[in-house]
Amino acid sequence: MSNTKIAPANSDLAHKIAMYRSQFALRQFENRAYDLFLENFVKGTSHLAIGQEAIAAGVAAAMRPDDWTFATYRGHAHTLARGVPMAPVFAELMGRTNGLMAGKGGSMHLTSVEHGMMGSYAVIGAHLPIACGAAWSAQYRGTEQVAVAFFGDGSTNIGSFHEALNFAAVWKLPVIFFCENNLWMEYTRTSDVTAVANPAADRASAYGLESIIVDGNDADAVFDVTSAAFARARAGEGPSMIEAKTYRHGGHSRADPGKYRPDDELAEWMAKDPIPRYRARLLDAGVSEEEILALESEVDAEVDLATEEAKAGDVPGEDLLLKDVWADGGASWRN
Amino acid sequence: MAQLTFRESIARGIAQEMRRDESVVLLGEDVGAAGGVFKGTVGLLEEFGGVRVRDTPISEQAILGAAMGAAMTGLRPIAEIMFSDFFAVCWDIVANEIAKSRYMTNGQVTFPLVIRSGNGGGLRFGAQHSQSVENWAMMVPGLKVVVPSNALDVIGLMAAAVRDDDPVIFLEAKVLYSSKMDVPDGDIVDTLGSAKVLREGSNATLVALGSMVPRALEAASELAANGIDCTVIDVRSLVPLDTTTILREVAATGRLFTVEENPRLCGWGAEVASIVADEIFYDLDGPIVRITTPHIPLPAADALEDLAIPSVERIVTTVQKSMNS
Ligand SMILES: Cc1ncc(C[n+]2csc(CCOP(=O)(O)OP(=O)(O)O)c2C)c(N)n1
Ligand SMILES: [Mg+2]
Repeated sequence: MSNTKIAPANSDLAHKIAMYRSQFALRQFENRAYDLFLENFVKGTSHLAIGQEAIAAGVAAAMRPDDWTFATYRGHAHTLARGVPMAPVFAELMGRTNGLMAGKGGSMHLTSVEHGMMGSYAVIGAHLPIACGAAWSAQYRGTEQVAVAFFGDGSTNIGSFHEALNFAAVWKLPVIFFCENNLWMEYTRTSDVTAVANPAADRASAYGLESIIVDGNDADAVFDVTSAAFARARAGEGPSMIEAKTYRHGGHSRADPGKYRPDDELAEWMAKDPIPRYRARLLDAGVSEEEILALESEVDAEVDLATEEAKAGDVPGEDLLLKDVWADGGASWRN
Repeated sequence: MAQLTFRESIARGIAQEMRRDESVVLLGEDVGAAGGVFKGTVGLLEEFGGVRVRDTPISEQAILGAAMGAAMTGLRPIAEIMFSDFFAVCWDIVANEIAKSRYMTNGQVTFPLVIRSGNGGGLRFGAQHSQSVENWAMMVPGLKVVVPSNALDVIGLMAAAVRDDDPVIFLEAKVLYSSKMDVPDGDIVDTLGSAKVLREGSNATLVALGSMVPRALEAASELAANGIDCTVIDVRSLVPLDTTTILREVAATGRLFTVEENPRLCGWGAEVASIVADEIFYDLDGPIVRITTPHIPLPAADALEDLAIPSVERIVTTVQKSMNS
């Protein structure tokens, strides 16, 4: 089955088509994930990235296959963007054995090491120092791999953010700190509780880093600015921090209708929706409406197929309960 | 054969593993040029260089986060948390990230790392630099917990911890750092999850850990002179726990006394007592008794600290009283 990973750009146009396909697939996946929640197939919680797809697609397109992604609980899009097929991700949300982690992690912990997706972390800020460790390992072994840590605007006020930035700067680690500033924490506006206007970019200078702000709803802009950061990291020039301005179209998590957000703010950002924006760019570049429609129905069919494949999975049983606490595969703590 | 202090054995154990395996690296505050605040890493920077032995900022989350990220991508880091009380500022990385991630990912990642830390009281440092926190670590699924009691075990258990593919919390009793022992030359590799019977007796079994082991041994000598013949077990590893040895030796004497430095509630001895009560209740000839630090933050004054932490005298009188009642 196909996936949403962008192939290396053969031509500018092929690259743009792939970039659109990736964003559209992420959107349709999230829409389906929401439907499956309403149908009670998806239990627990989930945090959708609807509205923020240009970031996941744009950054992933700039990555080498052996680079590492460290995401948050809002991690479906980042997982898929690394090339993880949809079916195991749907199945993970449904708690099935054909899930990415056989149902043991759930929506907030999507991980696929073989795709460089090194985990989704649900304690705010924790993965920033962890990404530093992966970057350290790349530096030590001289592999030129780069670690990317995604986090929200609200995550810039926790200690581990600041510890990780200083640590990465003094060790000159090949790590990219990528802030998806969607203006909101859960239900609080980040600017109400943050000392500076740009929660990530305005802190960069404290760690000797350049202040970088990008339109997070423009996948090409994200791709360009991130590609430059990868080049710096691979050249041994150390970490970068990028703040992308974006917006989540829905609530914080599945149960949140997001009513606290002013109508005009929502309207303003809906008008900047990255998907129709990029679609228009394709048309401008000479891609035909028919071609785009064909691509979109292909993606929709992929989502349908993946949904069915996921639903067909088994419910996990006791054999998984005590599996893999330890490296030996078991859970035994005594002899 | 050489006489080594406990602190010299730490550096010796680490050096042994760093010579063997290029992927072993060391990080922490003051571990490099200074050789560690407790001098546990003296000579390592000189031998292995600044790429493998790295001083860090005072950023415990960054230290352990970096160890975790490095471990999941091919290195075998040894990280130092200077005083084990400071685990409280980076416990998320330990208890939520390192401990849970292998399980959550259905086994996609492993964490071959060691976190060493100076643990426990006896140095009159006051409550924030003296707690015995082995029970914090023991209660978290996904962490192995090792607590050596002498210089020889330090080397072998350090080697075993480094070679183990799971995260190991390696707690060094600060009060033992200057204790000495003859240690054979050459590589020493021990086994995690193996308790040691240090003395065989017939009347009671004392089960001790870390700094309490030498005290239990001394108490056993005094008790023997008073007609109470004790077995002494050095637990050495709380996870995995060598219940086979403990159950066998407790069943043989019919009495269990745990000797624990940790504050009373949920100390490791409570788990040992529960296992013994569950599994060999009918082999017991009397109540299980736990000898622990009271459930208090440790005081700084030497007179008060000595009252708090189980002493040889307290062990002797507690055992005598219980055996004679
Ligand atoms: C340490 C910690 N505190 C609080 C939470 C609860 N929490 C989950 S998401 C969230 C908001 C995070 O906002 P932001 O960083 O902007 O990310 P976004 O959800 O907007 O992507 C909070 C407070 C948590 N998971 N971890
Ligand atoms: Mg936010």
